Amino acid sequence: MEMDRVRSHVRMQRYRMYAAGYAMIAPFFVLFLLFNVLPILWGFILSFTHYNIIQPMRFAGLTNYIELLTNDDLFMVAFRNTFTFAMISGPIGFMSSFFFAWIINQLRFRNAFSLAFYAPSIASGTAIGVVWLVMFSPDRLGIINNVLLRLGVINDPIRWTIDPVYILPLIILISIWMSLGAGFLTNLAGLNNIPYHLYEAGRIDGIRNRFQELVFITLPQMKPYLLFSAIMSTVSALNVGAMAAQVAGFPSPDYAAHTIVLHMQDHGFLRFELGYASAIAFILFLFNFSLGRIFMKMLSSND
Amino acid sequence: MRLARSREGIGNRITTGWVVTYALMILLVAFTSLPLVYLLVSAFKPLDELVLYPPRFFVRRPTVEGFLDLFTALDSQEIPFTRYLFNSLFTTSANVLLIVLISTMGAYGLDKIKLPGGRALFRIVILGLMFSPPAAQIPIYMAINSLGILDTYWALIIPKLATPMFFFLLKQFMSQVPLEMVESARMDGAGEFGVYRRIVLPMIKPAIATVVVFAFIDNWNDAGPSTIYITRQAMRTLPFALGTIFSGGVIARLAAQNAAALLTILPTILLYLVMQSKVIRTMAYSGLKG
Repeated sequence: MEMDRVRSHVRMQRYRMYAAGYAMIAPFFVLFLLFNVLPILWGFILSFTHYNIIQPMRFAGLTNYIELLTNDDLFMVAFRNTFTFAMISGPIGFMSSFFFAWIINQLRFRNAFSLAFYAPSIASGTAIGVVWLVMFSPDRLGIINNVLLRLGVINDPIRWTIDPVYILPLIILISIWMSLGAGFLTNLAGLNNIPYHLYEAGRIDGIRNRFQELVFITLPQMKPYLLFSAIMSTVSALNVGAMAAQVAGFPSPDYAAHTIVLHMQDHGFLRFELGYASAIAFILFLFNFSLGRIFMKMLSSND
Repeated sequence: MRLARSREGIGNRITTGWVVTYALMILLVAFTSLPLVYLLVSAFKPLDELVLYPPRFFVRRPTVEGFLDLFTALDSQEIPFTRYLFNSLFTTSANVLLIVLISTMGAYGLDKIKLPGGRALFRIVILGLMFSPPAAQIPIYMAINSLGILDTYWALIIPKLATPMFFFLLKQFMSQVPLEMVESARMDGAGEFGVYRRIVLPMIKPAIATVVVFAFIDNWNDAGPSTIYITRQAMRTLPFALGTIFSGGVIARLAAQNAAALLTILPTILLYLVMQSKVIRTMAYSGLKG
């Protein structure tokens, strides 16, 4: 009797907690449903149609996907380029965003260092135009060419943004630099969130140098933030589009800077083939998802 | 004694390793800060230096004529400049505040209450994160249209509130707040909202400061929503307005344009510095030698 009352009291309390919880998550998830989930589902439906906004929609079955995977050579080029980006700039961006946060966090004048390091994200549009295009200008006046010419390393200017051989590496370099921001700031906040007492306890347990401290205390504590920055650097590497067009033009020489996002925007916003563009978006999504899964498996402790 | 010393910051111990580290890092940030430095010096360039070819990075004869020209240009506009400034400040701060509020509440519900179905919801948020934003643009426009909020401030605010990236980041930080603290607060009779506000929020301040920076930059510089969802000029935001004022490509206005670019970026830098001071501890944990 008494037991029953206690049990039902506990149950009541849990229901009350759940009710409060659903009320708290409701605003985010209602908006998330409206402006994320539904548009994505709508896009998924569109990918099985032919639709150009003006004419009525026509059901297309799997035609878009079949065309895309078997008959669109340019998509294959875009896919190969995007895959190369993701494989190189994703991991490098991920590791360097942690490495630089870790270094800068140990310096004096950390605020000034972090502002200067984060500057490209604050002035992202200016960043490409000003810094990279001036540095890698393909004529004799470009800073890099100028230096190399003077040193006698080369006799003729390297055509950085024109020659397909150099375009991809250049874009990889810029995308690493631009994608560092989010991961860097998150890792910096994460490093400052690790309780001091863990380090003190570690010292008592016999941790002797900075390297051991990094491996046994810092990195395990950083796991949730590392997962975040791993996923963000993958997503941003896979979504390179506007920047590549700004550096190498659109269409780029030999399509050396053609990416999946550019391919999608070309079909969606220039040719108004919305069904086809949506199919491209879904292939990109699957691609994103499979890489994301790998990181989740590697870095997730409980999920 | 040793423990106390170790918290004093590394700068006290000058070793070759640190000298090299500082030198390399100073070189690196000298490079990464170039775009900001360029914005700064360009705002004070006279017209002839701006149109110079090949372009010169630094300013030779600094002047404020760009700023004066900017204010003249803005004075001659039909809609006062302060109106755009207000639009930008209002929508950006509403965005940032609401993003932090709804995302932290949502993360609390999933991470600290462990709601049934919560794990599945979190997976869906991660999936949303992986979807390329340009792909959803047209359906989002249709959603805003069918809600009947085109040409209102709402259209500039609500579509961006549920951003998977910010939710994900806040949830990761929240997962580091020990559950025991939450449970003992519950034992003491605190309601869920009370636990969230008094226990959890103060502990994730660095994450909130980080999200504030991300969300502010995201909204402050983005002319997109103002271009797509708004047709009345008086409702538009700063980046869009500056874009149209200078859209004629009048070379005479080039100096004013550079002055405007600098003024636009200043609030972001100030906000960054204020927020960073909440993220970075005043006393560094310097670690051990070696």
